[in-house]
Amino acid sequence: MIFRIFEKKELRSLFEILAAHNKIVGPVEIGRDKDKNPVYAFAEVSDFNSIKLNYTTTKLPAKRYFLPFQEDLSTFRIEAGNWQKTIDYNAKEPLIFFGLHACDINALNKLDKVLLHSVYPTPYYAAKRKNMFIIGIDCVPQSFCFCRSMGSDTALHGFDMFITDLGAKYFVEILTDTAYNFLKNIKTEEPKEKDHVLYMKTAAERNKKFTAQVETTDLAKILDMEFQADVWKQWGDKCLACGTCSNVCPTCYCYGVEETVNIDLKGARKTKSLYSCNLIDFAEVAGGHNFRPERHTRLKYRYYHKHRGFVEAFEESLCVGCGRCGQSCLAGINVPEVIASVRGGKIK
Amino acid sequence: MKTKEPEAKTYLGVPLYRPKVAFFEFSSCEGCQLQLVNNESTLLDFLSLVEVVNFREAMTEKSDDYTIAFVEGSITRGDEVERLKKIRKNAKILVAMGSCACFGGVNQLKNRFKNFDWVKKQVYGKHPIDSGLVRAVEDVVPVDLRIYGCPIKKEEVEKIVLHVALGKSIDIPKHPVCMECKANENICLFDLGEPCLGPITRAGCDSWCPNNRAGCWGCRGPAEDANVEYMKKIMKEKGFSEQTIMERLDCFGGFKKVK
Repeated sequence: MIFRIFEKKELRSLFEILAAHNKIVGPVEIGRDKDKNPVYAFAEVSDFNSIKLNYTTTKLPAKRYFLPFQEDLSTFRIEAGNWQKTIDYNAKEPLIFFGLHACDINALNKLDKVLLHSVYPTPYYAAKRKNMFIIGIDCVPQSFCFCRSMGSDTALHGFDMFITDLGAKYFVEILTDTAYNFLKNIKTEEPKEKDHVLYMKTAAERNKKFTAQVETTDLAKILDMEFQADVWKQWGDKCLACGTCSNVCPTCYCYGVEETVNIDLKGARKTKSLYSCNLIDFAEVAGGHNFRPERHTRLKYRYYHKHRGFVEAFEESLCVGCGRCGQSCLAGINVPEVIASVRGGKIK
Repeated sequence: MKTKEPEAKTYLGVPLYRPKVAFFEFSSCEGCQLQLVNNESTLLDFLSLVEVVNFREAMTEKSDDYTIAFVEGSITRGDEVERLKKIRKNAKILVAMGSCACFGGVNQLKNRFKNFDWVKKQVYGKHPIDSGLVRAVEDVVPVDLRIYGCPIKKEEVEKIVLHVALGKSIDIPKHPVCMECKANENICLFDLGEPCLGPITRAGCDSWCPNNRAGCWGCRGPAEDANVEYMKKIMKEKGFSEQTIMERLDCFGGFKKVK
């Protein structure tokens, strides 16, 4: 890894150089909530001023740029009894992500394990993922952030460069030659000993700000032992089975596929839609048999996929601790409390 | 009227089933039927899939020879009951179309009043009409299929009719509006301090109202496995009055069987 530092004003120059030839996605403010707090989202940006680099967690992850809520896997033209299939991976152009937090970068790394490095990679994901340039940025931990518990508070790979705000300057970690070459266009310096000290001090200060946490020691085993725990039923009574937790999750990738025929009968399409394991018909199979008709079993399996099944397969959790699910859940179901209740045998 | 021989529409060389369909209206605004004649870009394709023998909004001819009856509106009068029973007898498949037909719709709000004469006087003044308790179509005759919404969504009806023609199964979403709302990347109405029934209302509308920053009123009725009890508790905790909550849940009548 190569480290550099640069004056803050240089970041605008870098943005403008990148924006001249590329589409940039970054955090923007899309409105204010009822308490006048800004609501952030990832969106395409062409003006550096509209990017909010000091943003707090976006409501929705950047998922739609690599795992769209809905996308056509193939389309068909039907003419005179014959048909022709077209496959489009829907990766139109390279995208530059300007300012992803460590949790969201780690989410991509986790998705890579399933969708990129598995026996059967998903070309629709790969085409988009391989066309990304990622600039990570440090963040201020919020009250609901438990990424530190999940080992996702820092990103070691999965980005091109990662910038940290040192007050007057940015400290940058460079991971790829693409990033190195881009940075040649702005004025950077070799960090000195004092910059390293300041970087480490900044990181230590940030680490003190984490308040939420999840005890992950032996969690996979404990989940096995507590499969029949009463607390699942209690959380299930609260669950609205609305699927919001999955939709706001940066690592939820489950989906359904539907084939539809155009009303003019001249075309058809196969469409993939992201789905949620909390929805009533997630485990419904042919004949209408439903393996998980109860809310608590569905909610439980979501936790088992994240914190048990994935751990067994990849030796790490599928949860990055971004806290979005808990923040968006109207019923207040959140990972730290659910895991604590499973470990402690009751909801606090 | 003599019915025409249906022209042979095919899909991948297989001839399609072209059902004779009829549309009927009871106590309603006929807005659902109007929805059907909207969207001119697909109207001709839509109409070519079926043979319409009865459709007051679009044609003058009438016939009792039909397989599928689309019924809009709630049932409020004695003569409507008789008409509906006759339609049920003629049709092989009866489709309740729209919130009024499915649940009684906005019309059923009047059922809450004990003094019917007072209601009639308020609404009709010196020109009273014979109108009683509001009932959903299924409370009078058996219903085979429900198309939800106030109004119905044209795209959903097109898909249903297309699936009938192709012999594909008809899948109405079982999950709530929240799924579509999140996919549309709306700011949650609760974050904006507005009440919304999106978490418990059946999807299929593509979160039409929340897309326009208006909370869901539940016109499509409850999603399957809707947690109405806990939703009421959440809304109360968020500071919405009992009245606000009940107004939403009662508005279209969809929740009266689950709440």
